[in-house]
Amino acid sequence: MKAVDFSWVAGATLEQASQKAKAGSKIIAGGQSLGPMLNLRIAQPDALVSIAGLALLRGATENDTDVTIGACVTHAQIADGLVPDIGSQILPRIAENIAYRAVRNRGTIGGSLCHADPAADWVTTLLALGASVVIAGADGTRLVALRDFFRGAFRTCLAPGEILQAVRIPKLNDGQKFGYYKACRKPGEFAHAMAAVLQMKKTTRVVIGAMGAIPLIFEGDEATLQSIAPAFTARAGGIDDVTRHMQLIAVKRAFEKLSA
Amino acid sequence: MNELQANLPMHEGGVGVRVLRTEDDRYLRGRGEFIADIKLPMMRELAFVRSPLAHARIKAVIKPKGFENCVFVAADLVGVKPITAVSGLPGFKPSSQPILADVKVRHVGEAVAVCVANTRAEAEDIAALVELELEELPAVVDMVAARSAESTLVHESWGDNVFLETRVDYGFEAAAAKAPIVITKHLRTARQCMSPMEGRGVVAAWEPRVGQLVLHTSTQMPHIVRTGLSECLGLPDEQVRIIAPDVGGGFGYKGILLPEEVCAGYLARYLGHPVRWIEDRREQLTGNANCREHDYELTAYADKDGMLLALDARATVDAGAYSIYPFSACLEAAQVASILPGPYRMNGYRCITWSAATNKPAILPYRGVARAGVCYAMEFLMDAIAVETGITPEEVRRRNLVPVEVMPFNNITNKHFDSGDYAQALRRVVEAIDLPAVRARQAAASGPVKIGVGLSVFCEQGAHGTSVYSGWGIPMVPGFEQATARLTADGGLELRVGIQSHGQGLETSLAQVAQEILGIPVGRVKIVHGDTALTPYSTGTWGSRCMVMAGGAVATACRELAARIAPIGAHLLQVPAADVVVANGYVTAGAQRVSIADVAYTWFRRPQDLPDDISGGGLDVTAGYKAVRDSGTFSYAAHAVVVSIDTEMGDVKILDYAICEDGGTLVNPMIVDGQLIGGVAQGIGTALYEAMRFDAHGQPLASTLADYMLPGATEVPVLRIDHMETPSPYTFFGQKGIGEGGAIGPPAAIANAVNDALRPLGVEIRELPITPHGILSALIKPVQVAA
Repeated sequence: MKAVDFSWVAGATLEQASQKAKAGSKIIAGGQSLGPMLNLRIAQPDALVSIAGLALLRGATENDTDVTIGACVTHAQIADGLVPDIGSQILPRIAENIAYRAVRNRGTIGGSLCHADPAADWVTTLLALGASVVIAGADGTRLVALRDFFRGAFRTCLAPGEILQAVRIPKLNDGQKFGYYKACRKPGEFAHAMAAVLQMKKTTRVVIGAMGAIPLIFEGDEATLQSIAPAFTARAGGIDDVTRHMQLIAVKRAFEKLSA
Repeated sequence: MNELQANLPMHEGGVGVRVLRTEDDRYLRGRGEFIADIKLPMMRELAFVRSPLAHARIKAVIKPKGFENCVFVAADLVGVKPITAVSGLPGFKPSSQPILADVKVRHVGEAVAVCVANTRAEAEDIAALVELELEELPAVVDMVAARSAESTLVHESWGDNVFLETRVDYGFEAAAAKAPIVITKHLRTARQCMSPMEGRGVVAAWEPRVGQLVLHTSTQMPHIVRTGLSECLGLPDEQVRIIAPDVGGGFGYKGILLPEEVCAGYLARYLGHPVRWIEDRREQLTGNANCREHDYELTAYADKDGMLLALDARATVDAGAYSIYPFSACLEAAQVASILPGPYRMNGYRCITWSAATNKPAILPYRGVARAGVCYAMEFLMDAIAVETGITPEEVRRRNLVPVEVMPFNNITNKHFDSGDYAQALRRVVEAIDLPAVRARQAAASGPVKIGVGLSVFCEQGAHGTSVYSGWGIPMVPGFEQATARLTADGGLELRVGIQSHGQGLETSLAQVAQEILGIPVGRVKIVHGDTALTPYSTGTWGSRCMVMAGGAVATACRELAARIAPIGAHLLQVPAADVVVANGYVTAGAQRVSIADVAYTWFRRPQDLPDDISGGGLDVTAGYKAVRDSGTFSYAAHAVVVSIDTEMGDVKILDYAICEDGGTLVNPMIVDGQLIGGVAQGIGTALYEAMRFDAHGQPLASTLADYMLPGATEVPVLRIDHMETPSPYTFFGQKGIGEGGAIGPPAAIANAVNDALRPLGVEIRELPITPHGILSALIKPVQVAA
């Protein structure tokens, strides 16, 4: 299939891109999810507004507590260690197992979050890491916790004209440990199960992704290896026994991979 | 060795040499010319409107206002006949496959209308505006349920949903009666989609100057396409020319006449400008390239020594909605009946097969037609006998294999095994994986990861000849395979063959055959193929036949060409014609010689130097070849695989894979390695990944390669390949067909390995592909959710 007829707009600045991103248009960065959707005519926009060339979205900075990564930084750049480390090379280790290199070369961290696919690596892992996103709109920028950014599978809180500008990820500190496991049979396959765990000083956060809906977040008493099973069963709805089993094994393995 | 095989000289680049493939230069540099690379002036694009329903009565197809002249429905294809592929087997019910559906649609993706525009995107825009008024009917989705009396009918006039039922019985009752061990298994293989890198595609043009429809198409069998297309379009054959450019993989998918080819051919003439259709992956997956879906109910009768006494089988093949041209809807199931006994001896055999019609795309012949499923079924039983008797799987097989001492051998279904030492292949592959060491590792494995070992042995009929195919009564019967050998004026050689190379390296291996006979180096041999205007008639490339049939034809034509070269060379040497030998690029008489190039130069450019009594036939020969016995060659192989299973996640990993195969005399062992590697990749797909599933309404559940899972480079292990070379006594060099074997062995070997690993856990997987979900469904206990 071929995409429907659309116009191509490249904003010179974030403000320009924001103005052009009207209803009926789509923002495009690396195009690794949107491209196939266009070709299958699942997405039929009037216009594509490209933000891939905006220098503001392509860098990364750090301070004592956070690393901030521009929305158009690619998975490959993260995998290659070209952004500051949040600790234990966690981000490169996640990025290098996203799909395969050709996808990583073009696909972006911001694009992945805006696509909001429940099976995407960044969606689950950045929820566990407690990331937030910087959203640029007509009235300047706003900071939104990632758990509030997602409104469901493939849905976010972005309003028309708003553009995800950057992702802010807290650095691991104070003995925090992170573990992540995803089950798929071959590179590039949609994961059958995935779980990320962030062990903090006083509490633990477990995120289970690759579900029909946006990943489930468990904290406090629920988020232990012993208590996750009933908590997950209660909140996951009517999933089959095999899926439930795989997800709980993924959690177990994420705990086993915990490292500081 | 037969008479022809004796005393063949060896040359650098001749038969048996690992010559690098000459065609790879253009392929690897991205300079191949595939169907989508062909651009003709004024060419416009086609997009098909396809049925969204699996089974429905067509009430109306409404063309959008303003686009009436660029949308075509069945009624617009005046004089075009449907595709009808009959079989001569008694009781076969032929289907009528419309070029565009008119009365009913019988599967999702069936073409109902076609739109013409300047670009494919615009043609799809128009297609989206075409309205279909469909009255949905219940869909026939399961092949076994399709056979029940209550089922909805795919073809109402038939009275049932069975293209063909076959029954054979070779002394079954008597042989089974004595058996102390009786084992019954119910096995299933998935519906798959053949996935060549390049899909189908066609560029059609009517050329008024020559009064011909010139149809470029991505096909394995240009001449058969011409025959079928001419019949559908009502054109005489000479008004149709089929050209196959570079073809990016076929595997059987390009051995079929498609409605899209007929439609494009009609429109090119009607519209007066070229049109093209390039299949996209969605069309290929959801509407076209379906293959392999078998259901087996098997009972093996054995004795306590592990000897198979008799086999009883009921096999159903889901043939889909239509009988495809030229192979028909029954070839797959009918072959199941004839080849299920595999490489084994038995005293009794009974088999019933059904080719069931369902509301799915027609099943097409995929590499190792019927064989991959049959090998899985038979090898599953061999392991079951081993378990039941406590004898090792390798020993059970060794006892039952047809032994080398009785070759050639007519098996229980009268297949004539030409030569080979099956047990030796088994022994060598068991040694290759170091089975005792693997068993030790297996016993030592603790924790959730288990180890398993699987074997499969099979023999494969290839290069079927007239006597085999005339019995099927389908539209195509291979006869003499022909080749033209023509010297050029400067001493090069052109070979014209009717088969099609679509990745097998035939441009190289056929040149090696010519070099073997004439001594003209591979670099000076040009293969001309893929064009009905330039090549002799052939049934094309299928059934592992090209090296046997086209190789034999090229060798025969080169021999006859040598006989034309000899008298000219003798004249130039001033010796009697009887005294010369043509070989190694020269005409030689004792110590004197003259090159074939000098002979060619004399014939073409200095005819004044020819002898007065030379015949006018010239240095251009078309010759035909048939094997000494045309019942087919039987290559064979043993596969051994070691897997690990993560029993918590259900994940299967291949740790080691070894093959010992025998393709007779190998013309180019490197190309054979490549064929095996590619075939095994596909066999791994059959075993572990590939499934085109349908819901209860007949909707296909995969439409992209993100949800139809193919193995990739990361899933295919490095294979260890061991060649045996037992010549066939019936073919020119002793070569056997080997193109499909790689795809046949893996499902059986891998399934056996998985079940070997799972057996201590009390679990057996009896369905392909073996997925994590399938393994875990068998392993885990249902969860008791606390209230």
